[in-house]
Amino acid sequence: MEFNLESITPEERQELERNVFMGTLEQLKAWARSNSLWPLTFGLACCAIEMMGTGASHYDLDRFGVMFRTSPRQSDVMIVAGTVTKKMGPLLRRLYDQMPEPKWVIAMGSCATAGGPYVRSYAVMKGVDQIVPVDVYIPGCPPNPAALIYGINKLQEKIRYEAKTGKRVTNR
Amino acid sequence: MSDEKEKELEQSAEPKSEEAAPAEAAPAEATPAAAEATPKPAAESAPSAPAAPAVDPEREAKLKAAAEARAARAAAKAAAEAGGEAPAAAAPAGAGGEVDPEKAAKIAAAAEARAARAAAKAAAEGGEAAPAEPKPPSPKQPQLDEAAALIRASVAEDAIEEAYINELNDHMPTLVIRADRLVEACRLLKTRTGQDYTYLRNVSGVDYETHLEVVYHLVSLNSKNELAVKVKTNREQPGIPSVVPVWETANWNEREIYDLLGIDFPGHPDLRRIMMPDDWVGHPLRKDYVPLDPEV
Amino acid sequence: MIRTEELLLNVGPQHPSTHGVFRIIVKLDGEVITEATPVMGYLHRGTEKLAEDLNYTQIIPYTDRMDYVSAMTTNYVLCHGVEKMMGLEVPERAEFMRLIVMELQRIASHLVWWGTYLLDIGAMSPFLFAFRDREIIINLFNELCGARLTYNYMRVGGVKWDAPVGWIDKVREFIPYMESKLDEYHRLVSGNEIFLARIRGVGAYDAQTAIDYGLSGANLRSTGVDWDLRKAKPYSIYNRFEFDVPLGKNGDCYDRYLIRLEEIRQSLRILKQAVEQFPSSGDVMGKVPRVIRPPAGELYVGIESPRGEIGVHIVSKGKAEPYRLKFRRPSFVNLQILPKLLVGETMTNLITILGGIDIVVGEVDC
Repeated sequence: MEFNLESITPEERQELERNVFMGTLEQLKAWARSNSLWPLTFGLACCAIEMMGTGASHYDLDRFGVMFRTSPRQSDVMIVAGTVTKKMGPLLRRLYDQMPEPKWVIAMGSCATAGGPYVRSYAVMKGVDQIVPVDVYIPGCPPNPAALIYGINKLQEKIRYEAKTGKRVTNR
Repeated sequence: MSDEKEKELEQSAEPKSEEAAPAEAAPAEATPAAAEATPKPAAESAPSAPAAPAVDPEREAKLKAAAEARAARAAAKAAAEAGGEAPAAAAPAGAGGEVDPEKAAKIAAAAEARAARAAAKAAAEGGEAAPAEPKPPSPKQPQLDEAAALIRASVAEDAIEEAYINELNDHMPTLVIRADRLVEACRLLKTRTGQDYTYLRNVSGVDYETHLEVVYHLVSLNSKNELAVKVKTNREQPGIPSVVPVWETANWNEREIYDLLGIDFPGHPDLRRIMMPDDWVGHPLRKDYVPLDPEV
Repeated sequence: MIRTEELLLNVGPQHPSTHGVFRIIVKLDGEVITEATPVMGYLHRGTEKLAEDLNYTQIIPYTDRMDYVSAMTTNYVLCHGVEKMMGLEVPERAEFMRLIVMELQRIASHLVWWGTYLLDIGAMSPFLFAFRDREIIINLFNELCGARLTYNYMRVGGVKWDAPVGWIDKVREFIPYMESKLDEYHRLVSGNEIFLARIRGVGAYDAQTAIDYGLSGANLRSTGVDWDLRKAKPYSIYNRFEFDVPLGKNGDCYDRYLIRLEEIRQSLRILKQAVEQFPSSGDVMGKVPRVIRPPAGELYVGIESPRGEIGVHIVSKGKAEPYRLKFRRPSFVNLQILPKLLVGETMTNLITILGGIDIVVGEVDC
């Protein structure tokens, strides 16, 4: 069935634009994925309490479609909230490997971003991006729940942007 | 530097000391043991005005160092005899055999010299020539004496190396016990009637550069009295018998001290690393710890 | 007969109910635990080693992050220790501010414990109620010192910020609100048959074991031993206020549960008195030298945090940095009884017992 785009009248075009979405399949998938990000509960330290606070009733995360899943096999995104020590590093990598594609990582808090206040410690890994590829970094110690929500929104925008333009925001 | 050479310097220093080092002579004056050696230059320095020709600064520095070293040695002797007046000076210079005597004496001497300088300043202002009068006995002193006497009687005469009152910490009685008598002494402290120290609050390991030390803080729930017990050990082969048979709570505390400081606890049921990964090399809390991978 | 084999199960560091990164290796015979070995250190950040290079005021933010659920009490223990060593006097208004925030923090910490404990046991709603009430306290702290979780509020010699205008009135309004909510929570949960069946008689131990293991806080008081550091070795201005110390009888999880909820009520009682007696003017920072240099010596002092006795052992050589700073963390010591309690229990009771001890892994690992 052919669809000749030149032969639409202006009124029909307006009607069309009001009622029909046109896009690629990739955009559809991205829309679905970004609006139902299921994170793995990976609260390590103080940022975990703020993550719990964000998920609680005052700043609700469920309205964004974010439901915390406990198993890595069922989750899309890993929010690394807290300090990653050298003892914990290999386990974090193993959990990341157990997550199915597509998967994303949010580094929440300054400890996960770059070591945080413990950057000179002998037992702390200075930033989780040494072992897993990170998509969004959220600074703060701990970040406000509103900052965490902003970070999740940024991840959603990134997913939709990458699908729309086909470009990768960063090279992995 | 032998004593004769220093005495020679001292003799030549006497007429010159008033402009060379009047401040250095004053602490020597304040220290009682060195009092008979140097009152004369101090007395001379007070009346005579410092209007002498300039002295070679190198010579001045040497005289200063000599006077300081003399005061330090005398102060160390005084500290060893006087005992528990200044716990900070006494602790590293304790009478334990494992302590490196020279270094400990130097540390004690530096503290004493500082204290002596402060006393000298006060003396210069107050006009008192004698050192400060002895402090009133601490209210916890009888408790300390009783505990010390009990251990000396029941465990061994030489079990206690030192018994002093830590005034800084609410006058907490502190006993320094020898390592091989530790478990018996602790068992005694736990089971005596009245002041039974059944609750072990805290076990900490401290790394003084000359030796390692473990401090146990005890409290008696009935009488609310506190007691601190310290045990010293050397750096090469640190080992302290475990008090887990006495207080079960020492189990993980001792594991943590083993992990981070490297002190061995023979008699511990399960001594392995607790905080660091099992294959970690080194003991992080030691002062000379160098991490293997600082870049990660 | 069914043949059973022994199974080695790893209740791993990533687990919804382990309250952080804490791992237990259990040997199971069917559903019954024969041996349990806790493994910790997954959050060991080396605070004590870092503290040897920082001066005392710079260490205060690190104490926030150790027991992150009850940061004010951890702040306080360090400041109290240094003030004791130096013999500093804290002004009246600062003492009141400290007491008020510490008691508010105790309520907030017990709310977090209650919410997560019930979430582990299976009740989803109390988690939301607890965090809703905690938000009110957190907003009070946010107004006071700008942070929601890691306050960095206390300083050696006083506190950093004075209460803004109207803050004390907000605290005053919070007290009857929380009391009514507490009654509601008791009505909702404490009489629930399923809850009682899950929690009564679980994880019981006697007083002698508790003292031997060095337990503190609600874990010790649930066996009937009357040892609360606010009353036994009073610090700050606690001796001016009347409050009771709830004690338990059986030493099981139910007693610990009731004691912690009752402690919230007693904290509200202290707050009520403190808000009445609050001095209307005064400094919040005492006379402190510009560089904080305690005299050479050592000191150990312990205070009552919501989890138990938190203490600090400072060895100072007269410099601005401590020579050795050791924290006596209640969660670390309280956790030692876990392997003993778990022998013979079922897997479900493992979660109940672990939650009842009330640990914060940032404190276990320091």
